[in-house]
Amino acid sequence: MKTIVSYFRYFKKELVFGPLFKLAEAIFELLVPLVMARIIDVGIAQKDLAYILRQGGVIVGFALVGIACSLTCQYFAARCSQGMGTELRRAVYHQINLFSAQQVSQFSSSSLITRLTNDVNQVQQAVAMLIRLAIRAPFLVLGSLTMAMVIDRTMALIFLAAIVVIALVLSVLMTCSSHFFRAVQRQLDRISQITQENLEGQRVIRAFSRQRLETHRFDEAAQASYQASMRVGWISGLFNPATQIVINLGIVALLYCGSFQVNGGALSQGNLVALVNYMTQMFLALVVLANLFVIFTKAAASAGRIEAVLKTEPAIIGGITELSKDKDAVLEMDKVSFGYSEGESAIEQISFTIQPRQTVGLIGGTGCGKSTIVQLLPRLIDPTAGEIRLGGVPLREFSLADLRRQIRIVPQKAVLFSGTIRENLRWGNQDADDAALWQALTLAQARDFVEAMPQRLDTLLVQGGKNCSGGQRQRLCIARALVGRPSLLVLDDSTSALDYQTDARLRQSLKKIEGSPAVLIVSQRIASIRHADFILVMDQGRLVGQGTHEELLDTCAVYQEIVRSQTREDQR
Amino acid sequence: MSQSALLRRLLRYVKPYSLLLAMALVFALLQVAMTLSAPVIIGQAVDAIVAAGQVDFIRVTQTLTALAAVVILAALFQLLMTCCTNVCCYRTIRDLRMQCFAQFHALPLATLDKTQQGDFMNTLVNDIDVISDGLLQGFTQLFTGVITIVGTLGFMLSIHPGITLAVVLITPLSFGVASFIASRSSRLFKQQARIKGELSGFAEERVNGQSLVAAYNQQAVSEAAFDEINQRLNQVGTQVQFISSLTNPCTRFVNNLAYAAVGIIGALTALGGGMSVGQLTSFLSYASQYTKPFNEISGVVTELQASLSSCERVFHLLDQPQESDQADQGSGKQGRGELRLEHVSFRYQANEPLIEDFNLTVKPGQKIAIVGPTGCGKTTLINLLMRFYEIGGGVIRLDGVDTRTLSRHELRAHFGMVLQDSWIFRGTIRENIAYGRPDASLADVEKAARQAHLDYFIHQLPQGYDTLLDETVSLSQGQKQLLCIARVLLCDPQILILDEATSSIDTRTELLVQSAFDQMMQGRTSFIVAHRLSTIEQADRILVMNHGQILEQGSHHELLKQGSFYSQLYNSQFAGE
Repeated sequence: MKTIVSYFRYFKKELVFGPLFKLAEAIFELLVPLVMARIIDVGIAQKDLAYILRQGGVIVGFALVGIACSLTCQYFAARCSQGMGTELRRAVYHQINLFSAQQVSQFSSSSLITRLTNDVNQVQQAVAMLIRLAIRAPFLVLGSLTMAMVIDRTMALIFLAAIVVIALVLSVLMTCSSHFFRAVQRQLDRISQITQENLEGQRVIRAFSRQRLETHRFDEAAQASYQASMRVGWISGLFNPATQIVINLGIVALLYCGSFQVNGGALSQGNLVALVNYMTQMFLALVVLANLFVIFTKAAASAGRIEAVLKTEPAIIGGITELSKDKDAVLEMDKVSFGYSEGESAIEQISFTIQPRQTVGLIGGTGCGKSTIVQLLPRLIDPTAGEIRLGGVPLREFSLADLRRQIRIVPQKAVLFSGTIRENLRWGNQDADDAALWQALTLAQARDFVEAMPQRLDTLLVQGGKNCSGGQRQRLCIARALVGRPSLLVLDDSTSALDYQTDARLRQSLKKIEGSPAVLIVSQRIASIRHADFILVMDQGRLVGQGTHEELLDTCAVYQEIVRSQTREDQR
Repeated sequence: MSQSALLRRLLRYVKPYSLLLAMALVFALLQVAMTLSAPVIIGQAVDAIVAAGQVDFIRVTQTLTALAAVVILAALFQLLMTCCTNVCCYRTIRDLRMQCFAQFHALPLATLDKTQQGDFMNTLVNDIDVISDGLLQGFTQLFTGVITIVGTLGFMLSIHPGITLAVVLITPLSFGVASFIASRSSRLFKQQARIKGELSGFAEERVNGQSLVAAYNQQAVSEAAFDEINQRLNQVGTQVQFISSLTNPCTRFVNNLAYAAVGIIGALTALGGGMSVGQLTSFLSYASQYTKPFNEISGVVTELQASLSSCERVFHLLDQPQESDQADQGSGKQGRGELRLEHVSFRYQANEPLIEDFNLTVKPGQKIAIVGPTGCGKTTLINLLMRFYEIGGGVIRLDGVDTRTLSRHELRAHFGMVLQDSWIFRGTIRENIAYGRPDASLADVEKAARQAHLDYFIHQLPQGYDTLLDETVSLSQGQKQLLCIARVLLCDPQILILDEATSSIDTRTELLVQSAFDQMMQGRTSFIVAHRLSTIEQADRILVMNHGQILEQGSHHELLKQGSFYSQLYNSQFAGE
């Protein structure tokens, strides 16, 4: 039930009645030339005034019923397409929330956002067109053909020939143009890319006085884009004239053959006029059909991208065991490995144990696997080998909500969300009262600056919390984690923007909490971790040292090297 | 600028191609004339085919030959018109783009720093595209539409004035409906755009922060908030879609009414012998196409208005005052690299003094480190040295020469600069290293890479120095930085500026970069800005800045002995507990 088509089930009524009403309108539209033929053949030929007025009235009546049908159809189309879009957005967003961090990065979050917005819009547009035109246009083509057959079998052959030729012309032109359109898009991307590069490197470019070179590079791209546009211009410029010629030459053929039919008495003058009308109508419908084809091709690509999201099974599923409130659970990493792709491992065979209330440091260069370990703990990703246990129970047996309430991470990037400070802090615990929030702020060394804000907890943060300084954001993020009173707090390089004194005060206050949590401090700074109960040293995905600062200084070469680069001369 | 002023100014850009534009208009006129005469000829043909035994074959053949000719000519003229418009339009767009880009490099950085980067990108890519679609293509569509209407009226009048009047009387109905729909939908469109923005803003925030949402069990809360926006979008979206989809059925309805009126009145007239069946046929086909141009014109007008606001943004960019000198040729770099700042003052905002009466003398070959808290003026000082910004007062002398008397190119040739964000462009490694000296030999490039400890890494790549640096090749932050160092080394400048150049590199790579820096700084006047004090302990002189002023200066040990601001900064970073 995860295909896009299955979402039509909510809109059965719209799907049936929309096209039905559109069909009715088309039928009335098809009948009009026939009525006009009767006016010419009967009314004018027999000089019957009353007949002409009566049939004229019928045409007006058809127009009225036609618009009523068409408006009804548009209404259903709007409801169904927008409703589908809404359901799809809801489903896609829900699905995204079930993904593991790894799945999100496999799709890339920008691509997920595009799928959630643009791709759904494309599908929405196509659904509207499906209801409005997908029945009507082919019906008008076939209807015109049928009516032509009813009037005169031989003349209908000209219709068939016209359809074949136009279809041929359209398909050739469309294949060519889609190819050239991609070239245009590529050139436009190149222009954006050069512009982006120049924006980023404006100081470097000026420092090297390379403005002329860059302008030249851009001019080349602009020229290439011009040439690509011209090629597409030729092809798409051919569309109208080519189809016009086919249809008008069809009319010439119609009149020419018609003259013999009429002369032989097989066809009336009025019916000949009707045939010409049907030809024009069929032509218009064919053009609509061609446009539909383009819209549906685009939408099919979007639909595929949306389905890829919906069909991806969430990699991480919670268990049912409830976590006991006992906070003395021991965390064990047992030979844990993880790789983002086959055959490549970010961490390998990592084992360590964190006792309740312990402070543990984790240090290593960029890309050594620190952040992978952080993500493994609240099961944002799962190990490819090995097991993580909390109180002896494998993590996957706990319910996710429970587990994540106990193990709180403060991410490297201090991300806050638009909303008040209170709303942001309550992420830690939806039911926390203001007293609990202030307590967490105090522990996180954030009380002073929040108190100094005129609206205190009600202060509105803009997207990303950009109206706070980096250090303030980090402290708010720590407070947010503390609000939930976790049993393990993981600080992923989350004090990097704090000055030394604040950092130290923070670490001390964490120890003072009643029933204090175990703390895992991930850092690049020796000063942040040197007083931990023990320190884990990582290098290229492996644990290369484990022990206190003093022990590691004696035994671990990687640790020594890091210390050397960060310690002032008189301490070496 | 008023709309007509904007249009006039845009037309100035079309001027070089005005011949093409004129040709396009002539072809448009011819095409419309041909297209419109077709129904008349069809009518004549129908009149020659009356009934069994009453067919004038000679006339049929004549009229049909004429019809075929007219039809082919119409298609040909249409093709020619499109080509003329395309050439004219795409060339104008290309010129406009090139000018905008050239303008970007001619603007002072003071202007650029104040503009959002996204805005500039948007103007250069999207706005110009909108102008292309809306204004230039729209222009010919508008013209074709108007002459089609005028032509249709003319042909109808020539056949039968009375029936024409009936058609003309029905027209205002079509306009009324269209403008009613347009006014209703534009308000709703704006509302929809706002909610759409809200939704994508929310999605951006929450999808980028997905792991955080998960880690804090906020999925249900987030989904509820998302759904609230989603539902509002559904409501407005349905209304917008319904209302905007009314235009076609409504004008079709008006069309059908016109068709019925022509049919009835025409038949009555034919009854009285006032017109032939063929003429009625021509009339019917005019009546059924009559309102189509009206639809197109109202569409074009909305698009035109949208593109005028794009035009305004483009012209706004082009109207910004350019940097005074843009000479980018200059003499080579001689001299020793001595810098003197005398009574320099500078402020970003007229009423907020930043640097006042700043004095500094740097001897050739000295290493100067600049430290201080965020916003103390470190980066500003560099902006002034490189003349990215102009000083407000005082004078900066390079080897005794007032830098304002040099062209920017001459001045900057003395400097080599490595910034925190290493800039790599899409090109080969060799092109990236040789950016400052495109004519450098491969041997020189390799030498620079060797000095920057990059040689080993480059040799590991399958294509070595010819490896294309694009999305598929991922360099680490440290490798990028080394590449930028090699780029500067190749130019062999007298003065170096290293602005936070190692702050985004992890400690182990930093050792490598640091050694490359040390090598580079030998014998060169250097300015080093850094947060990490370990990188600047070796400087000849440390300037401690705060609030745009030098608080203290001296060597590392001198300053530590003084025990003031510098020692506080230093201890906050490294002291144990």
